[in-house]
Parts: sequence; C-alpha cells; structure tokens
Amino acid sequence: MTLAEKILAAHSGKDKVAPGEFISAKVDVVLSNDITAPIAIREFRRIGVKKVFDPKKVIMLSDHFVPNKDIRSAEQAKILRDFAHEQGIVYFEVGQMGIEHVLLPEQGLVVPGDVIIGADSHTCTYGAVGAFATGMGSTDIASAMATGEIWMKVPQTIKFVFHGRAQKWVSGKDFILHTIGDIGVDGALYSAMEFTGSAIDKLSMDSRFTMANMAVEAGAKAGLFRVDKRTEAYLQNRAKRPYVAYEADKDARYAQVIEYDATRIEPQVAFPHLPSNTKPISQVGDVKIDQSVIGSCTNGRIEDLKIAADILQWQRVNENIRCIVIPGTQDVYLEAMRRGYIEIFIRAGAVVSTPTCGPCLGGHMGVLADGEKAISTTNRNFVGRMGSTGAKIYLSNPAIAAASAILGRIASPNEIQN
Amino acid sequence: MKLKGKVFKYGANVDTDVIIPARYLNVSDPSELAKHCMEDIDTGFISKVKSGDIILGTTNFGCGSSREHAPLAIKTSGVSCVIAKSFARIFSRNAINIGLPLLECEEAVKETEAGDILEIELASGKIVNSTKNLRFHAEPYPKFMLELVSAGGLVEYTKQKIANKGK
Repeated sequence: MTLAEKILAAHSGKDKVAPGEFISAKVDVVLSNDITAPIAIREFRRIGVKKVFDPKKVIMLSDHFVPNKDIRSAEQAKILRDFAHEQGIVYFEVGQMGIEHVLLPEQGLVVPGDVIIGADSHTCTYGAVGAFATGMGSTDIASAMATGEIWMKVPQTIKFVFHGRAQKWVSGKDFILHTIGDIGVDGALYSAMEFTGSAIDKLSMDSRFTMANMAVEAGAKAGLFRVDKRTEAYLQNRAKRPYVAYEADKDARYAQVIEYDATRIEPQVAFPHLPSNTKPISQVGDVKIDQSVIGSCTNGRIEDLKIAADILQWQRVNENIRCIVIPGTQDVYLEAMRRGYIEIFIRAGAVVSTPTCGPCLGGHMGVLADGEKAISTTNRNFVGRMGSTGAKIYLSNPAIAAASAILGRIASPNEIQN
Repeated sequence: MKLKGKVFKYGANVDTDVIIPARYLNVSDPSELAKHCMEDIDTGFISKVKSGDIILGTTNFGCGSSREHAPLAIKTSGVSCVIAKSFARIFSRNAINIGLPLLECEEAVKETEAGDILEIELASGKIVNSTKNLRFHAEPYPKFMLELVSAGGLVEYTKQKIANKGK
C-alpha cells in the first residue's frame, strides 16, 4: 500500500484498502474556521447530537476575517466562540491564534499517521508531517464532530520524485508551482500526491508545509511526505501526542510516477488567472506591480520571513507600491521580532500585520482595485481572488515577492544591487 | 426524479471564487448567498435564473476553496443540477452532502449550448436536450453516494447512522 492507503486502512479498521473503495475513517482532528464553522455548527445542531464526539479532537479558530473586519464577520466569529466555549473544544482567540495551517503544526496538534479533516481546502498542509490531511465542507465537519468518523473514497496515489537539489532562491513553493504548471490544476484530481527524492529529503519543514499546502491546487486530495529525521527533529518537544510513522511499501502501486530534475527548476511565477499558468523567473519579462504580499498559510513561516528580511535589509520598498508582510502566528511574529526582521520590514517601508488570512482571499488588509497587479506568496490567483475582478495576481516564493517589492516589478533577488 | 430547465453554460475551471466571492463569506444564510451566485463570472445570472435551470461547465468545475457556500448558493438560486465533464473533489462532496445533484457527461456538455432546454432523469442518468433533440447518458452515482443522496444528504444519513448504532 502507498502511504495514504496505509493511514486510511489503519483508520477504517481494515488490513488493506484499495483506490476507489468507500470507507468510513476515524478522524484524529476536525478543524474549521470563521467562514466555515457557522454552517458546520448549524448542521451539527440539525444532526441533533448534544456534544461533539471528543472535544480534544475538535479545533476551531477565526483566521480569515480577523481581527473582525465588519459586523457580519464579528457575528460569524461569535457563533464559533460561543460554540467553542459551550463544547470545551480546542479554541484559539484572536491575539493567541495564527493562520490555522501555520498554527496547528507549530503547536504540535497534528502528528504523523493522523487523519485530519478541515473545512478549509488547505488542510492538506499537514501532509508534510506524514498525516493524511484533506479539505472538506462544513457539513462533513458537522458529521465528523457528531460521530468521530467521515465517509471517504480511497484515492489513488501519484508519486513525485525530485532528483538533485534546489538551486539558490528555490524552495518548496517553486517545486509545487513547477509541479502544478506541469500537470495542471486538475492533474492530480482526486489523488493523493507523495513527494519523494533527494531534493525533497533536503527540504526544510517550512518548505514541506508550503508544498503540501498547494497540493489542492493540482486538484489533489492530499499531499504527503514521509517521516524522516528532519520531521522527527521538528516534532521533538513539540508533538502533543504520540504518533505512528507509516511508510509506503516498496511494492506499493502508484497510478503514476513523475520525475523531475530539481536542479533545473528556477524560481517560478504563476501568472493570472490560474496557479498552473507558471513561468520560470527568467521568462517573466517586465511586469510592474502595485502590491507585494508576503505571508499566508502557504508562506507565512519564519523561514519565509527570513528570506524576505535578508533581501529587504538596507533596501526600500518601491515608492509606487505597497508591501504587506503577515507573520503566520504570534510565535512566528515574536521570533521575527527577536531576529530584527520586523524592524527591517518597517524601515524598508513595508506593512507588518497581525496574523490573518486577510488579502489572500480578498478579505481585508490589502484588497486590490480594478487594474492593479500584485505579486503574492499566497496560493490562488483566480479572477477576483484578492479584490477587484479587474485586478491581476501573480504567485511566487518570498524571495521573488521581496525583490519585486524593491524594484516595483516582478524580479529575482539576483537583480538587487547590495 | 425528473429535472427540467434551461442551460447556463460556462467553461473550464469555474472556481469557487467566481461562484461565491469571498467578500460575501461573512454570512451563512443560504438566501443571502444565493443573491450573489456566479457574480464574478456572470453578473446577469442571478436575475435570469429560474427554478429548475441547469448549469453546465467543462472540466474541473468548482475548483478552489472548500466553501460549502458555493454549492449552497447554486442550489438556493434555483439550479436543479450541474453537469460537467469533471468536478473538483471538495465541491463535489459538498454538493452531494447538501443534495445538489451533479452529473458527469462529456457528450452532453459538448453538444449543449446556453439556452437549450434539458430534461434529466436522475436515477438513470438520462439527459435529453429537447431543444436539439439529443439524448445522453451520464455516469451513474456509485452505490454509496446514491445512499447519501436518497437519505436526503449527509445530515440525514448521519442521523440514521447514529440511530442505527443505538439499536
């Protein structure tokens, strides 16, 4: 069995599962946020159960529209807050929360071998620690909160092998953008992706979270990494529960095996209006921008801020643009402060925000006007994603986003004179 | 169950941001959401759609976010069915869970134009384009999904499951 199959078999009480099979899987974590929890709570009440199956396994927090951007968002957040207190579930208040997919691994709440479902498409992020993690809808979450199980169709697995090693400025973001550019936004439809190879082994945890985060943008159900020494080091003194690290069998059957020479992968830029519309940085041409966003569940971790700070140090953000930096959690924010990054960003003329999803989905903290262009370390660039339907969004890694903020056009850090 | 209505046709990768833009996600009331259905891809949709009408897309319909608000807005706007060559997985789960019928049929999508009248028999997957006098056959639902749909959606299915466990 593949890694995904092993985890799903273990959670459905079976010795073996095969792609296409319908199972009912026991869940270790059930997650929802300020956008999706109100509907989940409503449907939970309709199911009629008084208490969630296990309050320690249910997590809710508001991260999309916080600190609340208008009355309606405040009302949604209040529904969540009240339910959380009523049920005694795991809840993080504004001021202690972070963007969910940055916060949960940081706090050791997701561990290898878990089945994690969340009412947010980027729940697949936790595949980076060898968990089967997948995005679902509010009603799914309601059903799982009531019973501790959820219906699932076992996915086939596509194996990706990245040979060699990442070049300078190239990180997990570029690996996954390259992949989506290659196979398309439905290239891994309904499948689990397994990321392997020497270049993957050398990837930091932050880069792995970035890659797993965008598996959904290729249409995938999950994006998994094996548990290695790096994962174990990350989990030490952090994981809140014991865990089981499954391994794919040597003779596991994959629907496809796709190999890349990682050494040839340049930093990538996804042009409007699909994450698959990628170009290597050397072929981007002259694209003036109005805004640069560095943050999100995709690239809002300390390593991402380090890369941006190293480039922005002693530089100024171009006078015609706004650069918005959003640490993913309060711990990331504090660490960035200790290392002097926050001062670097502010002195460069950038905005530094409290953790929030904000501009990623056109919510607040950097919405775009008609005709504006943004370079962003976020994960989607569909029409209207960051505000006006007449705006254009280009996706990249933090290095490109920082260099672009300085030059006022999409650029590589190699172009910055130091 | 028989469905009948006129077709609204869109292309590939109709994503959840155009089906229900994030600026409206600060509410969860279905009738509020329905007012903005398809707004960022077709501003005329909500004024033209009538109960029973059908949406057609090509590949990867519903891609993007997990927002259940998307199929909810579509269902509440009066749309009776969405037909596409393929669906994004979270959208398709959500639609089944809330009782919005989805059918996969490449031929129907290819041959049907906006404004055509379609008649659909859900149980058998038969689709008739009465405007062009053409017949198609959609992929039938897998057995488990039929159970979900016949129960009336995931909430009803879950209630039954809990009740059965108690016995």
